[in-house]
Amino acid sequence: MKIAVASGKGGTGKTFVATNLFNVLSGRGERVTLVDCDADAPDDLLFFPAEKISETEVTHQVPVINKDACTWCGRCSNWCNYNAIFYVPTAKVIEVIENLCHGCGACSFACNSDAITEKPVVLGTVTSFRTDRGYPLVEARLRVNEMSPVRVIKAAIKEAGEDGVVILDSPPGTSCPFIQTVDRADYVLLVTEPTPFGLSDLRQSVETLRTMNKQCGVIINRADIGDSGVKNYLREEQIPLLGVINYGTDIARSYSEGRLITEESEIMTGFFAGIADKIISEHGTGSN
Amino acid sequence: MKVAITSTGQSLDSNLDQRFGRCAFFVIYDTETGGVEILPNPNKDAEEGAGPASVQMVASKDVKKIISGEFGVKIKSLLDSLKIQMVVYKEPEKTVKSVIDMLNK
Repeated sequence: MKIAVASGKGGTGKTFVATNLFNVLSGRGERVTLVDCDADAPDDLLFFPAEKISETEVTHQVPVINKDACTWCGRCSNWCNYNAIFYVPTAKVIEVIENLCHGCGACSFACNSDAITEKPVVLGTVTSFRTDRGYPLVEARLRVNEMSPVRVIKAAIKEAGEDGVVILDSPPGTSCPFIQTVDRADYVLLVTEPTPFGLSDLRQSVETLRTMNKQCGVIINRADIGDSGVKNYLREEQIPLLGVINYGTDIARSYSEGRLITEESEIMTGFFAGIADKIISEHGTGSN
Repeated sequence: MKVAITSTGQSLDSNLDQRFGRCAFFVIYDTETGGVEILPNPNKDAEEGAGPASVQMVASKDVKKIISGEFGVKIKSLLDSLKIQMVVYKEPEKTVKSVIDMLNK
């Protein structure tokens, strides 16, 4: 079973929840894998002493245009949905803007004069680790200056396999990287905060997940600050509230020092175990 | 010489649009004939690559100079390769007409 931990808004506590769920399940000896899908800024590794097992590069194919063979028909540029082929026939200029390219291959297909070949460009890496307790942790990491982590995330989730419970620590937002992560999930655990900003992004996340027919539940972090907007919204929309975490300096301190609260607080260990048990008992451990 | 001026609206009384790639309209002004062409920018809401696509569009009109408030990072080298001059003019209150008047001075 794959559980994505996502939020919409950044800084609500996705990584906090994902790492502690992983810690609780691995502490109980269950088969569990953590995948850090926040490829722009992966940081799950900060919380676990881990040994690197393997690393693979994720590439995509970008076009290379042979100007001598080009007939200046413009089809490649017209077919490109991402404005990645810059084409000014009057000036005899045609150029691939590599960081706009999504590697879809439409231009190669569109070209009728064999003027386009492709070359691989490295987008990022997928690295497998084993934690000191012997549990797999997979990290997606986007290369600096690359724009889209989608392929790297996809490769990392694939690398994690299907064994037991796979926890996907999602990137923030509700755009392609989020969608790529939750698309593979059997259940989405949304972490939010009781602020207007938190609510606005929660709403976007819920609406996106509904169009994808994904089941979700919510944890409200720092639940004792802010306003009641999030709770009212959950009630109106009948979205399950799985738990609330109040603000605590002990939690903030341990997190900021790279420690896990489930190593330090029995209450928090019980809280995360309860969340995991609830999701697993209701949705099973099988994968769709 | 043809000059592209980014405009917030469809008339010469509209203000200079402060963004190049995602401006509302391009006013193409011909300094020799005084002719004016106003084109809606189809790349205004492009998800990605609005800048390069807009350069492609104005370059196809044989423009040699672009006047706008801001230009994105992706287009400098493209403009260089096309020998199109980029003029940064951060004056959101100026009308397109006043920019044309300056060109004629």
